Amino acid sequence: MITIDSLNKQYHTPRGSYHALRDVTLQVKKGDIFGIIGLSGAGKSTLIRCLNRLEEPDSGSIVIDGREITGLATHELRDARKKIGMIFQHFNLLDSRTVQGNVAFPLELAGFPRKEITRRVAEILDLVGLSDKAGSYPAQLSGGQKQRVGIARALANHPEVLLSDEATSALDPQTTRSILELLADINRKLGLTIVLITHEMSVIRQICGKVAVLDRGEIVESGPVDAVFSAPSSATMRLFLEHSTLLQGSGAGI
Amino acid sequence: MNEDLIPMLLTGFGETLYMVVLSTVAAVVLGLPLGVLVVITSTGHVLESPRLNRVLGTVINITRSFPFIIMIVLLLPLSRFLVGTTLGATAAAVPLSIAAAPFLARIIENSLKEVDRGKVEAALAMGATPLQIVRKVLIPEALSSLVLGLTLAVITITGFTATAGAIGAGGLGSLAIRYGYMRYREDVMFATVLILVIFVQGVQWSGDRLARRINRNQHRLG
Ligand SMILES: Nc1ncnc2c1ncn2[C@@H]1O[C@H](COP(=O)(O)OP(=O)(O)O)[C@@H](O)[C@H]1O
Ligand SMILES: [Mg+2]
Repeated sequence: MITIDSLNKQYHTPRGSYHALRDVTLQVKKGDIFGIIGLSGAGKSTLIRCLNRLEEPDSGSIVIDGREITGLATHELRDARKKIGMIFQHFNLLDSRTVQGNVAFPLELAGFPRKEITRRVAEILDLVGLSDKAGSYPAQLSGGQKQRVGIARALANHPEVLLSDEATSALDPQTTRSILELLADINRKLGLTIVLITHEMSVIRQICGKVAVLDRGEIVESGPVDAVFSAPSSATMRLFLEHSTLLQGSGAGI
Repeated sequence: MNEDLIPMLLTGFGETLYMVVLSTVAAVVLGLPLGVLVVITSTGHVLESPRLNRVLGTVINITRSFPFIIMIVLLLPLSRFLVGTTLGATAAAVPLSIAAAPFLARIIENSLKEVDRGKVEAALAMGATPLQIVRKVLIPEALSSLVLGLTLAVITITGFTATAGAIGAGGLGSLAIRYGYMRYREDVMFATVLILVIFVQGVQWSGDRLARRINRNQHRLG
């Protein structure tokens, strides 16, 4: 369970301050796949990065599984992060390590013995369907395969939560579908809570149970995907829906 | 006189090699932490500290702006203190490494800065400490570029040893000055230059090869 309460974040630049998050309040139930959708610049990345404090919120609180993330000291935060997996739009794999080495990385950080690491890496590569690529380097993989490695790496240390920052935005539609299927599969098998941000309606529609709509740093509506899609209450969501039906109508098939 | 040329050159080359190796090792010991610190204390990095960053940058710039010959003279007392003398190859390694360290620090800084911020973020998100990020992300990811930088440093230090040789450090530079320049022994002059050229070429070739080998995995297409 993730509870976000009155989260605020401002960026200060030489040209002035920008209020990236305004009083964001959200609850994500354990085992949910929770989508956050918004236009580019809405504050999605800022919000998800606050959850593991890659970005420091100015005020408000974040509680994950009973632990108040916003109150943790540096070393406690490091321990908490070991149980919060994260995947990225550009994968962020280490090019100097093989697939095996990349997935082993979080386990090395957590101080597991070598034998245990080897065992766990094999297990998790099997889960994401990349056992045959264990010895390959990222440069030898396709985008979809790289994101599978990213997912394997994020899951290696048995996290309670998986954060996904536009994880499919750099992938083609077909690969996107297979990655989303993998995430849904992991959610079912492991009961993992997934928080996923995206600017694509189709992603939300395909795997999310709940959705929140972020617009200029504010949550303008949230609820079960079916409800929000059938009766949107915010102008932003209506715009999103209009746009996606338009594309469907013209045969682009989101 | 030609028969004693070979042993003389061999001894000279041995001294040069000794100075280069010793100074490079010492320069790495000093310059690597310096270069790493400059990177990780920069804005938005894992150990952000604008003040320390500015201090380190200034120290590097000041030490780099001294002409090497002035550096040697200034550091004579330090050489005497550390080595017991101001003459010879070991004493020369003191100013050599101190002159090369900030140069190397800048090279290392440039290499480490090239590492994609996303990789550092990913490691932070996995709970890595700043030291783990340096050891397991920055250095391995920048390794081939670091090797090329180190190659450049070795070659620069080799050039410095010739200067140091002119004022009592020994080595090929000293031979070139004492025989080639002062006694008009053109054969000595020619031979020392030839050896240095071959040595520098060899270092560059090995560095390039090693860097390519490291790079091959990371950019090999499957
Ligand atoms: N480090 C930063 N410094 C200043 N402004 C930032 C920074 N990061 C993001 N912003 C600004 O905050 C807003 C929200 O950014 P972001 O959370 O990345 O949006 P999204 O992920 O929804 O596209 C944008 O206007 C962006 O320009
Ligand atoms: Mg974003």
